[in-house]
Amino acid sequence: MVHTKSSVSRKIFMVFNFLFLTVVSLICILPFINLLAVSFSSKTAVSTGQVSLWPVEFNVAAYEFILQSAAFVKALWISVQRTVLGVIVNVVLIVLTAYPLSKSKSEFRLRNVFSWFFVVTILFSGGLIPTYMIVHYTGIRNTLLALILPGALPVFNMLVVMNYMRSLPKELEEAAYIDGAGHMQTLMQVILPVCTPTLATVTLFSFVTHWNSWYDGMIYMDKVDMYPLQTYLQTVVINPEAFFRNSTNVSADLANYLNLVNAKTTNAAQLFLAIIPILCVYPFLQKYFTTGLVMGSVKG
Amino acid sequence: MEKQKRHPDRWKRELPLVLMLIPAVILVTIYSYGSMVGTAIAFQKFNMANGLFGSEWIGFKNFQNLFSMPDIGQVIFNTVAISLAKMILGIIVPVVFALMLNEVTRTGVKRTFQTMVYLPHFLSWIILAGIFNDILSPSSGVVNQLLGLVGIKPIFFLGDQTWFPITMVITDVWKGFGFGSVIYLAALTGIDQNLYEAAQIDGAGRIKQTIHITLPGILSTIVLMTVLSMANILNGGFDQIYNLYSPAVYTTGDILDTFVFRLGIENAQHALSTAAGLFKSGVSLVFIVASYKLADRFAGYKIF
Repeated sequence: MVHTKSSVSRKIFMVFNFLFLTVVSLICILPFINLLAVSFSSKTAVSTGQVSLWPVEFNVAAYEFILQSAAFVKALWISVQRTVLGVIVNVVLIVLTAYPLSKSKSEFRLRNVFSWFFVVTILFSGGLIPTYMIVHYTGIRNTLLALILPGALPVFNMLVVMNYMRSLPKELEEAAYIDGAGHMQTLMQVILPVCTPTLATVTLFSFVTHWNSWYDGMIYMDKVDMYPLQTYLQTVVINPEAFFRNSTNVSADLANYLNLVNAKTTNAAQLFLAIIPILCVYPFLQKYFTTGLVMGSVKG
Repeated sequence: MEKQKRHPDRWKRELPLVLMLIPAVILVTIYSYGSMVGTAIAFQKFNMANGLFGSEWIGFKNFQNLFSMPDIGQVIFNTVAISLAKMILGIIVPVVFALMLNEVTRTGVKRTFQTMVYLPHFLSWIILAGIFNDILSPSSGVVNQLLGLVGIKPIFFLGDQTWFPITMVITDVWKGFGFGSVIYLAALTGIDQNLYEAAQIDGAGRIKQTIHITLPGILSTIVLMTVLSMANILNGGFDQIYNLYSPAVYTTGDILDTFVFRLGIENAQHALSTAAGLFKSGVSLVFIVASYKLADRFAGYKIF
């Protein structure tokens, strides 16, 4: 808004507004500051409730303990693998699908058939047990593929990229076509380079989705040592009773370790370590999601 | 004659497009359509050993059993109540926040606020449940300590039947309102600035400008988001509730998805669980299609 005059009531409003926004914003991040403070405090300071926003009796014992724990490091490594592979599979399939579907019906007569084929999966899903059965029958349970293949094509993100490609000027492709380029060449050399903002957006969203997924790990992995990080945290931090109930195959040293981990500081350290990758991509997320996502989805 | 000549050429030009689609088509056929076919077990006396093709067909018996379960009515009510409350506040809070943030003129300040409020959206409910279990605890939680300062007795947010659904709605809005405001902020920047100048010349104050220019300017976006959110009417929020609830709050906090999960995974009632899931998918389908139709009519929004 353009403001020229600034009355007294306007100034009062601005001060009030600033205070309001400050309080609201703090409410959003103070829980994380608290988490960080707890993770760097001593166990006694935490259990006596002294820690709020600043570490008391600063130490890194919790982090040392966690990073030496084989179970945590294993889960972290599985998460890294599923995220890297999962994002690659997602983005490759998104690009390969969005490009043909971005063609008009006169250029690609089967366009609408294929579009509906994918869109139906947004409208209707098979649900928990049938999906589990398919994963079981295709023999990918207890492998990384179980975490990657069932969601290999994120259809909504594909539609965002497709809509973006459709909004590009037709002349780009026509020029490439006249120069004798095939579809693959046009896609790689002409279309993809100008899709950077929307591709960055869907890549980042894929990254966040894979990193944050826990449910698939819980139902497709039989053994705790196959869990990705978030599933591991779900059992250790959120639901330790269920963890013991369900795990006859858990090794004695893991059970031992769980007794120690129940301390709040180590829980906090584990949760905070799991947030770090998101914090690392966060600046890029902020840069791209407004341009990529809003444009892609709202345009018809 | 000419038409016949053009056809082979066209196929040659279109074939690479089909080839590009094949990997995705195969995977989607197996994992999405395969599981849709698998919902047939909702009509069977299913057991894993006999499989889909060896189990006995029993028609709608599973659905009859499902709807004669004592808890199912309450579960559906909880699901709709929690998701409706989330939907309504999930529109109002982001709009109000966007309007207030839009009044901040200095970009640096604005961006700082945005950086802070978007963060929870990108974190999993596992992380957030770990944090909320801790800070909402009635004995040692920071929230109850703060409430104690103003003389309020400790509240068991996650263990009390009345408070549990309220806590779910508030924490969900807390997680999503910042990111939800992005789309309204984008709509606000699209409003013609000349309208405000004209209104000022006409002597309209800030409040009148907001009512007569700003709100109508983002109304179509509000309508669009409202209509699209209708598709979630039966999504109470599995990730959140599963990680925060306990048997003590099942009466008010159990939703369809958690119900389906316990039935299917914990009690191994595969057919019954699938029937419940199919009921949810069927109702959701109606709402999704209706919401897309309405979004198309009112806001010209098309998903493809």
